[in-house]
Amino acid sequence: MRKYLLKRVFYMVLTLFLVATITFFLMKLMPGTPYSNQEKMTPQQIRIMNEQYGLNKPVWLQYLIYLGGMLHGDLGTSFQYSNQPVSYLISSRIGASAQLGFQAMVFGVFFGIIIGSIAAINRNTWIDTLCTILSIIGKSVPNFVLAVLLQFYIALKLGWFPIADWGGFSYTVLPTIALGVGPLAETARFIRTGMVDVLNSDYIELARAKGLTKFGIVYHHALRNSLIPLVTLIGPYTVALMTGSMVIENIFSIPGIGEQFVKSITTNDYPTIMGVTMLFSAGLVVVILLTDIVYGIIDPRIRLSGNGD
Amino acid sequence: MSERILDIKNLEINFHTYAGDVKAIRDVSFHLDKGETLAIVGESGSGKSVTTKSLMGLLANNAEVVGGSIMYHDQDILKKSEKEMQSIRGKDIAMIFQDPMTSLDPTMKIGQQIAEPLIKHKKMEKKKAWAQALDILKLVGIVNPEKRINEYPHQFSGGMRQRIVIAIALVCYPEVLIADEPTTALDVTIQAQILDLMKELQSKIETSIIFITHDLGVVAGMADRVAVMYAGKIVEYGTVDEIFYNPQHPYTWGLLNSMPTLSSTLLEAIPGTPPDLLDPPKGDAFAARSAYAMKIDVEKQPPFFKVSDTHYAATWLLHPDAPKVTPPSEIVRRQKLFSQMNANKSVRA
Repeated sequence: MRKYLLKRVFYMVLTLFLVATITFFLMKLMPGTPYSNQEKMTPQQIRIMNEQYGLNKPVWLQYLIYLGGMLHGDLGTSFQYSNQPVSYLISSRIGASAQLGFQAMVFGVFFGIIIGSIAAINRNTWIDTLCTILSIIGKSVPNFVLAVLLQFYIALKLGWFPIADWGGFSYTVLPTIALGVGPLAETARFIRTGMVDVLNSDYIELARAKGLTKFGIVYHHALRNSLIPLVTLIGPYTVALMTGSMVIENIFSIPGIGEQFVKSITTNDYPTIMGVTMLFSAGLVVVILLTDIVYGIIDPRIRLSGNGD
Repeated sequence: MSERILDIKNLEINFHTYAGDVKAIRDVSFHLDKGETLAIVGESGSGKSVTTKSLMGLLANNAEVVGGSIMYHDQDILKKSEKEMQSIRGKDIAMIFQDPMTSLDPTMKIGQQIAEPLIKHKKMEKKKAWAQALDILKLVGIVNPEKRINEYPHQFSGGMRQRIVIAIALVCYPEVLIADEPTTALDVTIQAQILDLMKELQSKIETSIIFITHDLGVVAGMADRVAVMYAGKIVEYGTVDEIFYNPQHPYTWGLLNSMPTLSSTLLEAIPGTPPDLLDPPKGDAFAARSAYAMKIDVEKQPPFFKVSDTHYAATWLLHPDAPKVTPPSEIVRRQKLFSQMNANKSVRA
């Protein structure tokens, strides 16, 4: 197990290195410069600025300098927000995004499993159709539409939760719902498909023959076996949500990282692009490792050798 | 007469399909006594499995019991609610399924799978249930049960898995055990082991067995009585000797004739295919495939004619007015053996 983990960690580092390299050079291929009013600047000003930010050096050298910095945990300084280190920019804003993304995922997966199970148990009845329609709506309605509807009806008309801004837990409720409906619909679909298969299997019939209740069968036998395809989906989805959603963060004026990332791309803010990309990639490789471990916990057949109990 | 445990009377089950109602079980009656093994024999689609699923209350959603009764002691199983059935299933009537490779939950330790019925029916605590699961694992012949109880199904071979399935079925010491082709998916040497195990356990646990199979060879060694099913009906039933050595229905003849014996050189297949049960034939369903069919066979359903106190067959050939026919030579040979056996018996008596 330890050997396996070491190997995995090595591959993770390798992956991150490749991502950093590819992103760095792709970024340099993007048209434009970091300066928003370049036409008004004199060539001398541009040269001074380039020198200040190290942009006058050859690209390969910039790359090496960047890698060197990254090894020391230095992600560089943002161009956009003068003299703010990227690591500070990220760490001051990732909290809100991560909390929101995590909450949305928990909300979505929890209710998605319930709705998907209900649909599967009542397959081909009106309940199933209703659940399917709901998940199609959940999947196809853009979350900004839902966000605005929630703001108008729940926040403005009913006044149950704040419309926007970032404060205590109550501020997170509406954005969590808006962001969580996507994963909810997706989870419901996955669970329904998986569970319909599982419920038709012989071991469910054996469980019925044991005299177990319907709930007991679903809870003890069907659910666990239907979760396996879902695990593949949840990991990367969580990372995607936790690293920020520009639209939702904008609508609810949440100081998250999503907006930051989009802005950094449009303004060629190289260090910020790199920083956020690396954060996302790091999250992803970690989650993929976790997913593999969770697989083994759920399904003993894919348990890693040496990890058997 | 020994105690009657199950008494099935005039059972009729239809399956609703888009094409119409499939009459899967048509007026089936049989019974099961304490401690005996009843084999239900027939080809695929003859209604063996549907019959036994109705005993468990495990029919598919599109199945409907149109008529009849299933008396378990003095209660009608067909009148029970799902909730009441749950307290019978696995406790009083248990079932062994056909394919051990797929009938165990791949994500649950086998100890828990065996303990589940105990926790449910005997309200046992987990620890006690596991202790009992360990005992039954020993009983079904799992080597090193203390270790293996913590393993998952994929760590067992097919034969071992079927032993576990049997352990699950027997852990509550059920009165009735339904075995739905329990050895079909196993290779022949393992088959014999499983059959021996079932016989051994039957005497230990004192359970009655309904054994479903299409394999007559298995029946001969297992059953006390045999019921032959064809196209949703029982066409003949009797003791195992009566069915094997004095069969009366042309379908039973066909089945026995297609079974290899030590002397057989060529196996006879039964020509044709079973009838469509969307629109079952009016008379004897086997008439279309039978070389012995008479005019009345296609017109009128034959009633059961009594051959002996224990042996009945639904064929017009047994009617006093029917012409005498000579069955296939293999059947004639068997019937000769049968009269010898009876002669010996009466001499001894």
